[in-house]
Amino acid sequence: MSAQSALLKEIAGPAGQNLNAQELRADARREQLRLLALLAPSLFLVCAIIIVPIGWLFWLSLFDESGALSAANYARFFEQASYIKTFITTFKVAFIVTGACVLLGYPLAYMLSQLPRRAASICLIFVILPFWTSVLVRTYAWLVILQRKGLINSWLIDLGVISQPLPLANNFAGVVIGMTHILLPFLVLPLYASMKTIDTDCLRAGMNLGASPAATFRQIFFPLSLPGLASGVVIVFVLCLGFFVTPALMGGGKVVMWAMRMEQTTSLYSNWGAGAALGVVLLVVTLALLGLFQWLLGARTTGVWSSR
Amino acid sequence: MNRMRKVCVVAIAGLIASTAVPAIAADTITVASWGGTYQEAQTKAFFKPTADALGITIKEDTTNGLDDVRLQVTGNAVKWDITELGADECARGSKEGLFEKLDYGIIDKSGINPKLVHDDWVGISYTSVVLIYRTDVFGDKGPKTWADFWNVEKFPGRRALSSSQATETLSVAALASGLPIDKVYPVDIDGALKSVDKIRGHVDAWWTSGAQAMQLVKDGEVDMASIWNGRAGTLKKEGAPVSFSFDQGVLTADCMVIPKGAKNKEAAMKALAMFVSPQLQANLPLYVDNGPVNEKAFETGKIPPERIKDINSAPENVKKQVLQDAEFWRDNLVEATEKFNNLIQQ
Repeated sequence: MSAQSALLKEIAGPAGQNLNAQELRADARREQLRLLALLAPSLFLVCAIIIVPIGWLFWLSLFDESGALSAANYARFFEQASYIKTFITTFKVAFIVTGACVLLGYPLAYMLSQLPRRAASICLIFVILPFWTSVLVRTYAWLVILQRKGLINSWLIDLGVISQPLPLANNFAGVVIGMTHILLPFLVLPLYASMKTIDTDCLRAGMNLGASPAATFRQIFFPLSLPGLASGVVIVFVLCLGFFVTPALMGGGKVVMWAMRMEQTTSLYSNWGAGAALGVVLLVVTLALLGLFQWLLGARTTGVWSSR
Repeated sequence: MNRMRKVCVVAIAGLIASTAVPAIAADTITVASWGGTYQEAQTKAFFKPTADALGITIKEDTTNGLDDVRLQVTGNAVKWDITELGADECARGSKEGLFEKLDYGIIDKSGINPKLVHDDWVGISYTSVVLIYRTDVFGDKGPKTWADFWNVEKFPGRRALSSSQATETLSVAALASGLPIDKVYPVDIDGALKSVDKIRGHVDAWWTSGAQAMQLVKDGEVDMASIWNGRAGTLKKEGAPVSFSFDQGVLTADCMVIPKGAKNKEAAMKALAMFVSPQLQANLPLYVDNGPVNEKAFETGKIPPERIKDINSAPENVKKQVLQDAEFWRDNLVEATEKFNNLIQQ
C-alpha cells in the first residue's frame, strides 16, 4: 500500500501535475480487486473450515449446562483454583521449553549452516528423522531412558556416581526434556533456512574492515538470523501451549497443562461451552502474546518480521 | 480374504439396495466399545455368537465415551445402534435424555444387580480397582489394604493413584480412612478429600490411563499403585513380580445403551438381550479379566471352577468389594472432580 502510494506520488511528480493520477488510482484499485478475486476461494475456505467453526465454539462457551446465556464457564476459572494453576504451569512450561530450544537449537543451526553442503544434509537427517517419528513413540522412549530404573539412572548408579536415582521422569523436568526434544526441529529448521540465506560476503566485508570474528557474528550474523529465530521461537512457543501427549505421559499427573485440562473439562461437563471457554482463553492470550512478540521484534528487526 | 470380499459384496449390495429395500439395512447393527483386548474378547464372547444366532451382521466401532454419544445424538448423526459406557456415564447420559428406553420384555434382567438395571441402560461387565504391589520390594508382606497404602511409615515406597478417575480414587480414599466396605456409599466427599490430602504428598505419579498405570508398576517406577484388575492380571501373566487381590477392591460396572435415534432399534434390543444373557456372559471371562455382569453366568457351567476364583464378579469376590454407585456419581461427579483436581494440583 505505502509503496504504491509513494509510487503514485512520484509519478504525479514534483511537477505537481496530476496528469494521470486519477487514471492510475483507478487502475491500482482494479488490480487490488483482481487480486482479491484470486484470493477469494482460499479466503472462503479458511472462513468455512476455520473461522466459522471456531466462532461457533466461542459462541457455545457463553451458554451454561441448562442452555441459558451465562458467564458460568468463565467464572469457573476463578472459582476453582486449579484452573489458574494449570494456566500458569502451561506458560511456565512454554517459556522454559522455548528457552531450552533456543539454547540448544541456535548453535546447532549455526553449525549446520557453516558445514559443507554434503555434511550439512547428513546432519540435517539426524534432525529430521526424529521429527518423522510419532510423538507417542518418542515420549515413551524418553520414559525408558529417564525413569527411576531407566538407562540414565541405572548407568549412573552402576558407575557409582549417584546412590539414589535422579527424579527425571514423572515430574516437571521430564516434561521439559521430552517437549524440548520433540519441538527442537521446529526451531532448527526455519533458523537453518534463514541462516543459509545470509550472504557470506557481508561477513567477509565485516572482517575485511577489521572486525573480530566475535564482533562479526554479533553485529552482522546474529541480527540477520533474527527473523528465522523469531519464526522458530513463535512456532515452538505456540505448539508448547497446546501440547498434550508429552506432559500427560511424562508429567506423572503432576504437570497439568491447558490442553489436558480441556480434555478433562470437556468430558466432565455435559455442555460444550465448558471446554470451549478454555479454548477461547488460550486463543485470546496466545494472540495477545503473538501481537506483543511482533511488536517487540518489529521494533528490533525494522520490519523484517512484519513483512512476513 | 474371502471374508473381506464377502463384506465388500454385502456392503456394495447394501449400498445399492439401501434406497429401494430398507429391510436389508435392518439386518446390520453397529456396536461401539472401548477397543483393544477388551473389545476383542467381546467380539468372541458376545458379538460373533449373537450375529450367528440372530442372523444379523454386527459391525464394530470404538468409542471414547459419553462425549461421542452426546455429539452423535445432539448432532442428529447417530451411527451406533449400541454403545458401551462406564456406568456413571450411563447415569449422566440418561439424565440428559441421550438414550432409547430399553424393553425388559425382550431383555431378561434376572441375575443382574438391580443397581445396574435402568429404564434406558443396563450393565454389561465389571472392572475392579485393586491395590497392586511389587513383590521384589515387599516380598509377600506388602500393603494389603488401602489403610496400608496410606501408611507411609510402615510401607515406605513410591506410590501411584489415578487422577483421571476421581470417583475411583475417592472411593479408595474413603476405604483408606477406615470405613467398612458397606459404609463407603454414599461417599462423604469432604471426608474422602481429607483422606486424599493425607496421601497426596507421597504420590509420585498420578495416572490417567490403564496403560500408564501398568507401565509405572511394570518398570518399577512405583512400588505400589491402584490399578484396574485387567491390567494387573496382564502384568502377572507377563511374569512381573507383583501381587494383588480383590480385598477392598472397587467394583465399577460398564453398561450398554441404545443411543437416541439409533437406526436399528429393534435389532439392537434383541442383540443387547443376547449380550446380557447368562450363556454369552459366561463367555466373557474365558477371554478377558472383566467379570460378567449377570451372576447366573456362574451357574452355566461354562466357566471352569478354578477360573471362577480369579473373576472379580464371582459371588465370593463381590463380597470383598465396594460397588461404585453410578447414580451417586451422576449427581456428584462434577463437584467432586473439581474439588479433587484443586486438591491434587495444589
